[in-house]
This record gives sequence, structure tokens and C-alpha cells, in this order.
Amino acid sequence: MAEAVFAVAAVLMLAGAIGVVASRNPVHAALFLVQTLVGVALLFILNDAHFLAAVQVVVYAGAIVILFLFVIMLLGVDKAEELRVDPIFGQRPLAAVIGVALAAVLGTVIFATADLLSGIRRSGGERALDGEATDIERMGRVLFGEFAFSVEITAALLTIAVVGAVVLTRRAARSDRAAPAESGRG
Amino acid sequence: MSGHFVLAADPMLAGDIGLVEVLLTLAKVVVAFAFLLVAVMLMIWFERKLLGGMHQRFGPTIAGPFGVLQTMADGIKLFFKEDLVPDRSDRFVFKLAPYLSLIPAFLAFAIVPLGGDFNSRAGEVEWWGRITYIQVADPPVGILLFLAMSSVAVYGVMLAGWSSGSKYPLLGSVRASAQMVSYEAALGLAVASIVLVAGGLSTHDMVVAQAAEGYFGIVPRWNVIVTGLVPFIVFAIAGTAELNRPPFDLVEAEQELVGGFHTEYSSIRFALFFLAEFMNTITVSAVIVTLFLGGPSGPALVSEVGGFGIAWAWGVVWFFLKLFVLLFCFVWMRATLPRFRYDQLMNLGWKLLIPVALGWFLFLAALEVSRDRGWNTVAVTTVTLVAFGLAGLLLAQAVRRGQRGGDPPGGAGEPAGGEAELTGERN
Repeated sequence: MAEAVFAVAAVLMLAGAIGVVASRNPVHAALFLVQTLVGVALLFILNDAHFLAAVQVVVYAGAIVILFLFVIMLLGVDKAEELRVDPIFGQRPLAAVIGVALAAVLGTVIFATADLLSGIRRSGGERALDGEATDIERMGRVLFGEFAFSVEITAALLTIAVVGAVVLTRRAARSDRAAPAESGRG
Repeated sequence: MSGHFVLAADPMLAGDIGLVEVLLTLAKVVVAFAFLLVAVMLMIWFERKLLGGMHQRFGPTIAGPFGVLQTMADGIKLFFKEDLVPDRSDRFVFKLAPYLSLIPAFLAFAIVPLGGDFNSRAGEVEWWGRITYIQVADPPVGILLFLAMSSVAVYGVMLAGWSSGSKYPLLGSVRASAQMVSYEAALGLAVASIVLVAGGLSTHDMVVAQAAEGYFGIVPRWNVIVTGLVPFIVFAIAGTAELNRPPFDLVEAEQELVGGFHTEYSSIRFALFFLAEFMNTITVSAVIVTLFLGGPSGPALVSEVGGFGIAWAWGVVWFFLKLFVLLFCFVWMRATLPRFRYDQLMNLGWKLLIPVALGWFLFLAALEVSRDRGWNTVAVTTVTLVAFGLAGLLLAQAVRRGQRGGDPPGGAGEPAGGEAELTGERN
């Protein structure tokens, strides 16, 4: 059962990931991204991390990709992009090099620590979230007990980012009374 | 992998899963699906009939007794109409969008407890020797599934408008998705208040808690009372906005946007959107009943008929009564309230509902802590309420200054303010 779910999720995620890179239309790419994120949510459920799965769908699929789509639609770039011209010189060779490096790192991590066929990790040890209580309770204790300070700092950081974004858009709105064409790009 | 892997808290699925378990689950799914379809059919008829009554007209009268078969006739008509796909549309996404609206509407309904005896058996029923709940699924994430599905439902609306390749549907869908995303925050905060009081996410456990002994022997222990009414009001308003129902139906403001995001849809695809819309109405009402109004809990007036225990059936009866009252209120609101303006909608959501829901959530949290530590409840209540009064004044002041310093009300500070520039509809 678990293997079957893993296989389905893996196929979903890989197909989605290839789709994100290969599709020429940005809206289609965003939809493939949603597919990948749903696959990740499935894997979370498979590992008994139900809360993370729900949050994955609510936050990533439900909010972040929606935001991507908003920007794509508002900027009007929802057509196939011209791909023959490289806008930044040397971008593509560099991307290839970084891609290969990333693949090498991932490969090392996978092959060095796990049994290839069963996927069981050798570096077992006790996981932070193991125990009797539900995954939500354990996560809550870890986040708001041990890492409470980090959580607060992150909250402050996000608030500052939001305030900053509001300040930036308001300034833009004042200056573009002269040039209304620039508006709506916050 | 760990071998076991929890799909649900349903006691039936905890042990070995054999043929009976699979068949029972299938039966539950089929019954719930059929119920939703029939309920949608009746709901559309009910809405038209009731609106007719409130408008001093008859409503549907021709098809069947009291026109009750009108929806079915409309459905058959739509089914045989020509299916148009606009030339400039994105064909695949255009065909996909109706299903992205419909499927979340049904999936969210799966977590609603539909019946059961919550007085003596904690909602458990015994069918064919298996102890189970009368609800399709009781996943560990419970009510989060509803939130996840309501955020996925945005895709249906958004992609329908975009893929039509036409101006008004695009504007309608940008407007609709901005509205749905905005009100999701308030919705989530109202749900958080309930989760705080219930101490868990499972909808079944929430109903069990609400079925407990109430106050003074007559007032039920429903969450609408336990959480002090505010989350209920916030959830009801935000839920209506999520549904794009009047008075929040800017999505299909005919004068401005023709038909909104589904302008280009015809035939069965349009019917699917229509179905999803009413299915969502029923689902949200059912979720309100579950979260705030005690779900299927209620007294079992006659617990046995001819030797058969029918106490669980009273749960079904109470659930449908509560659901019916809420659906009536939805139609009533539609007949009574005029449509909001776009900036009023955004102001209400961001400047009123979200701060109030957040403040009330913190207040409830403070009460919980004070109960744990044995602090003086009255003092804690006074201090928190005064603090929130001050915070509210500060917020109001900030909003007023922001408006004076910059643009007209509801200007660039609001999310998705880009629409105003796109349509030029303001001023």
C-alpha cells in the first residue's frame, strides 16, 4: 500500500516538475507546480505528517501559487515567451552548471544514506517528532517551546516585509499620478 | 515505511480492512454524493421559490408539484445544449476549470458528521458488526481539509476566467479570486477560535464536545455560545464571501462584468459551475452547523421503534433541521441585502473582519491560559478587552491617517488594487 502511494506521488511530482520547466506558457508552468506540491502533500500523509500535508495545500497550493498566477495575469505575460534570445548573457551555461552541481549534491545525499531499493534511511536515530501524541501536538511543542524565539523573530521579519511592501506601493502610487501606466505592479 | 498508516480516526478503519469495511466506506461515499446532488436540486428550487415568495411572485410552478422538478428540467436542457469552446481560449484549462470547482466542493463535505447518537454513544453506530461514524471521513487534519479545499476551489474560478481568453471573464475571475483569498484569512481565524476551544481538529470530536451537558440545563454547549458569538458572525460573513453569494456576488455583477468568470461557459460545463456553487453553499452551511451549532447532536425523542434502536436517526433529523434553517438564512440574505461595492468589500474583509477575528482569537487564548493557571477570569477579561479596545482605536487611527495622506478610500493600499486601474471603474 505504502509503496503504491509512494509510486503515484513520485510520478505526480516528477511529471509536474518536468512540466514546470518544459511548458512555455507561465500559467501552465504554475499549474504543474501545483501538481508537484500536491504530490509532496501526498508524501507527507504517507509519513504520518497530516498537518504538514494540509498546510502544504493551504499555504503553497492555496496561497503562494495563487499569488504567482495573480502576478502573471496582472502583468499580462500569460503568453508563450520568446525563448530564442537570452536576455542575460551567460545565463544558460551558468544554469546548466548549477543544475549539474545540484543534481550531484542530491545524488550524494540519496546514495550515501539510504538503501536504494527500499528507500529506508540508514542514518536512523530518533526523529524529533516521534512519540505518542499527534503530529500537531508534537510540532506545537517543538515550535512554541524549544524554538519559540525563532518563531517570534520570523513573525517580526514577515511583519516588517509586509509593512515594507505597503510603504513601497504607496510611494509608487503617489508618483504615478503623472504616469498611470506604471501602476498595478506592486 | 511504518506499515500502518492512519487514514482516519474512524474506529472502523483502525483495525484490519476487509470487504465489509470497503463496502461500507463505498456506500457512505455514494450516499453522501447522491445526497449532495439531490440537495442541490432541491436547494435551487427552494431558493427560486422562496425568492419568488419574498418578491411577491410565484417562482417555478410548471414542472411537477409546486415546480419541484424545475431544476431537473433545467439540467436536462443544459445537457443537450451546444457546448461552445471559445476560439481564443486555452482549451485544456478551459475544460479542466469546472472540475476544479466541483471536486473541492464535494471533498469538503466528506468531513461533515451527518448523524449518530451523540447523547450516549459519542456518535458511534454499529452496522454489520462494525462500529463507525456517520460521516464519510474523519481525517486527523479534520477541519483543515475544509480550509484546504476552499483554497483549492479558487483555482476553478481563476482559471475559468483566464482560460476563456476574453476580457470580462478575466476581470471577473481576478475579482473573485482576490475576494476569496482575502476572506480566507478571516475564515481561518474563526476556525482557529473553534480549534482552540475544542482542543483538536477532528470534526467528530468537536461535535462530541458540543453534545456535552450545557449551561443551566437548557442552554446547549454549542460553540456559538462557548466562543462568544463573534467567531460565528465572522465565519458566517466570510463564508458567504467565499461562496460569492449575495451580498458578496461582485463576481457576477451583471452591470459591470456580464456574467463574471463563467461568461463564456455554456451547456454542461456551465451546469457544473452552477452545481459547484450550490454544492458549496450546502457544504459551508453544513460546516457552520458542525463547527458552531452542535452538528447532529440533539435529544433523541424516541430511541426505539419495534426493537430497533433509532437513536442515531435523530442525529440526522437534527442535522437537517439546522442545515435547513441556515440555508433559509442564505436565501433570505440574498433577497434582502443589496450588493457591496468592491472597495467596501475589501474594507470589510481586511480592516474589520480580520482584526476582529484575530483579537477575539487572542482573547479566547488568554481565557484558556487563565483557566489553566487559575487566574481571576474577570480581571483577565477586563484587561484583554481594554487592550483590544486600545489596539482597535490605534488601528482605526492608522487607517484614517493612511487614507488622508494618500489616495481616496480603498486606494492603492488594498490588495489587488490593480483591478481598479484595469477597469477604471472607480471614479
